[in-house]
Amino acid sequence: MKHLLATEGLKYHDALAILDTAEEMAAVTSREVKKLPTLRGRTVVNLFYEDSTRTRVSFEAAAKRLSADVVNFSAKGSSVSKGESLKDTVQTLDAMGADAIVIRHSAAGAAAQLAASDWSEAAVINAGDGTHEHPTQALLDALTLRRDWAAAHGSASPRGTDLSGMRVLIVGDILHSRVARSNVWLLRTLGAEVHFAAPATLLPLGVEHWPVTVHYNLDEALVAAPDAVMMLRVQAERMGGAFFPTAAEYSRRWGLTDERLTVVQQLRLGETEAPALILHPGPMNRGVEISAAAADSAQTRITEQVTNGVAVRMAVLHLLLTGDPR
Amino acid sequence: MSHSSETAQVMAASDIDRALTRIAHEIVEAQRGTEGLIILGIPRRGVPLAQRLGAKLGTIDPAFDPEHSLGALDITMYRDDLRTSGARTPEPTTLPAAGIDAATVVLVDDVLYSGRTIRAALDALADYGRPAVVRLAVLVDRGHRELPIRADHVGKNIPTARHERVTVRIAQIDGISPEAEEVVINR
Repeated sequence: MKHLLATEGLKYHDALAILDTAEEMAAVTSREVKKLPTLRGRTVVNLFYEDSTRTRVSFEAAAKRLSADVVNFSAKGSSVSKGESLKDTVQTLDAMGADAIVIRHSAAGAAAQLAASDWSEAAVINAGDGTHEHPTQALLDALTLRRDWAAAHGSASPRGTDLSGMRVLIVGDILHSRVARSNVWLLRTLGAEVHFAAPATLLPLGVEHWPVTVHYNLDEALVAAPDAVMMLRVQAERMGGAFFPTAAEYSRRWGLTDERLTVVQQLRLGETEAPALILHPGPMNRGVEISAAAADSAQTRITEQVTNGVAVRMAVLHLLLTGDPR
Repeated sequence: MSHSSETAQVMAASDIDRALTRIAHEIVEAQRGTEGLIILGIPRRGVPLAQRLGAKLGTIDPAFDPEHSLGALDITMYRDDLRTSGARTPEPTTLPAAGIDAATVVLVDDVLYSGRTIRAALDALADYGRPAVVRLAVLVDRGHRELPIRADHVGKNIPTARHERVTVRIAQIDGISPEAEEVVINR
């Protein structure tokens, strides 16, 4: 692996290597010296053309825990606002000696184009490209799910295990969600079954050809007894438009409300006694797609997702920047 | 395999067991007991070897509690060849809950060669705490050190040429029966 651009096409053993490495990275955060010397003298550039505090901070923390130097480049207030092209920006960063470029861009395929170009020798990590993919988010979701799934099934350690037999329900704005796309491919690769629950206006064209089961009613989707419910964020800019009329109506039909929480509380992980899980990629709109009670429920893994995000990004940086890729 | 390659067994399963028994006795003698003793195996083959040493220490000195004195120390993230060797998935590091501060830590590995693994292990150890003493026990010392490092306890010294390969085969790692364990040299 030289780059991480998408979970579509990510091989099973590469996915497991990232998750297994991430488990060991997670252990680092609980010890006295929370730093590894692995990437000493290497430079990681965060190249963010879209606002994202969480993902950028997570990548920054990951790089710093591996002793890499971090350069943050955000489009706002930079030469980009003066009209500099992606190519010229990347060549400038390359000239500064970037070993890895973490890129977030509003255009789908931006990371792939950068990786395919000869603008830079650096490893490219896609941190979100348009509505296409956000692979590290899917990987941190998988890490979170796998830990509970393995523990519920009596594994001493999640290492080497996958998500065979797990049913994951993804709810909300699938159409605009790169998180949903990345999750579909990764969860399928790891052996899980993926369900969508969304209004027809927020489903992508051709979704019937995706390897998923689509529900047009959240309550019916919950009857299908998912092991995990992943609530997607409702993006405020979609509200009031053609997608759905009001936040209140969205919440009533597609939100994880207090009433639906009582249904989710009855769900279990497979045949085990362990309760089902609630995930959310953040930032949450409390009271819209998820009620406050659901967000704070013992079944939610939202803070674990944030912690695992750093571990997964450490794993990806380690695996891409060590070893001779040529 | 080239035509000139040949394989010679230098230790059989019984030799490995005897060597570990002797090392266990040496450790107790050197420490005058087992108080404050922690045995850490270096993945992968050092880990089962450390567990066996722990079991033997428990029979020699009943005061030794393997459950709270055994662990594994992964060194992947501390290697000095990370840029040139293939990317590796780290193995778990498990340390006794009480930590390693002020303890006598015995690192256990299968083969001592360049010494670079042990250099990495000493760096890793320093990130977990400050042991009073660190010792090194290896099943095989094949020579050719590249760093000023030596073992305190050696199962067998095996003079080798650099082009030769020493292979240790252990039941838990290599999926063989305990009787089939061995150390071989590929020339």
